[in-house]
Amino acid sequence: MKFVDYYKILGVKKAATEKEIKAAYRKLARKFHPDLNPDNKEAEMKFKEINEANEVLSDPVNRKKYDKYGKNWQRGEEYENAQRQQQSHYQSTQQGFSGQEYSDFFESMFGGRRTSSQQGHHPIFKGQDYHSELHLDLKDVYTTHKRVLTVNNKNIRLTIPAGVENGQVIRIKGKGGAGFNGGPNGDLLIKFVINNRTEFKRDGNNLYVNVDLDLYTSLLGGEIMVDTFSGKVKLKIAPETQNGTKVKLKGKGFPIYKKEGEFGDLIITYNIKTPTILSKKEKELFKELQKIR
Amino acid sequence: MEKNLIAITTLCSYYEIEFSFIDALHKTGLIQIVIVEHNQFIHYDQIGELEKMIRLYNELNVNIEGLDIIFNLLEKEKRLREELNALKNKLKLYENDNI
Repeated sequence: MKFVDYYKILGVKKAATEKEIKAAYRKLARKFHPDLNPDNKEAEMKFKEINEANEVLSDPVNRKKYDKYGKNWQRGEEYENAQRQQQSHYQSTQQGFSGQEYSDFFESMFGGRRTSSQQGHHPIFKGQDYHSELHLDLKDVYTTHKRVLTVNNKNIRLTIPAGVENGQVIRIKGKGGAGFNGGPNGDLLIKFVINNRTEFKRDGNNLYVNVDLDLYTSLLGGEIMVDTFSGKVKLKIAPETQNGTKVKLKGKGFPIYKKEGEFGDLIITYNIKTPTILSKKEKELFKELQKIR
Repeated sequence: MEKNLIAITTLCSYYEIEFSFIDALHKTGLIQIVIVEHNQFIHYDQIGELEKMIRLYNELNVNIEGLDIIFNLLEKEKRLREELNALKNKLKLYENDNI
């Protein structure tokens, strides 16, 4: 177990006054408070460290003990074990943002309990929001489907509406951590990470795809079969179609989120492929065509 | 009465806060109060935000004006993150095209 230098964490000298400790704590807490740093794990960890340091140094009894046993915490642990045996009936119930998790060092020295100055106050808070990521393929979110997620050993049935965006977050009420002191449960926030392994590119509800066209079809026109997300479609190619021509297929794009039966568009870009490895005969004919132009 | 409304008197005793605090948040536009039959309520959806405000007020000594600034900036940050996400998704349209 590693020694934790609480003075260093708060950036104060060992001789710092209570006022200086309080000021240092408030300054750091304002910077790293989880409510001001949503989805920032680093800030969350830092905030826990700061809280723990404040928990110890702001309480004269704990601070004295920390200063006495600090670097030789094992001796402090022995001392505390004896103390704890005498006070085994005591259990803390207070939770919340202010130090609900402690380092092993803190647990061994102070038994994970709160300072005497904070005992007796039991605020009621909504439970912690849980954050989770769900990785899906683009094909998965083309249709509305059901999934069972396991979060903290609980199975949660989830209906994933078609058209969910990459990076979109949905909130499921009451499926987060349990409320504190009778408060409501937190929510479960699921972020969708959508991998696209298809030839289609997606922008919102629209899909984009490049389709190769041979030289003769582009010059003379014709018909081709094109893959869409919902199957193949037959397309007419106008004579003298240019390279890079775009064609919009209405309603053949991606489903619109929470709008049953509505779809975006599919935008096709034609890439005209010129023939290679020409035969002697082909070269002659092309030269003839060149002369005509 | 809509079941997703919570009486402000209940909230005050629940979170151990003064009514004047809720009233000040309402006057600043940070929370919406709904009046039903002369009783004041707030919608359940606002509980998470209200708790954040209580924590910032109690733990960091942020006053009502400070809360207003913070919540406006957090809202702006949220919109920017959404915009960044949309732009990242759009960027994928052009990735690998020039390889």
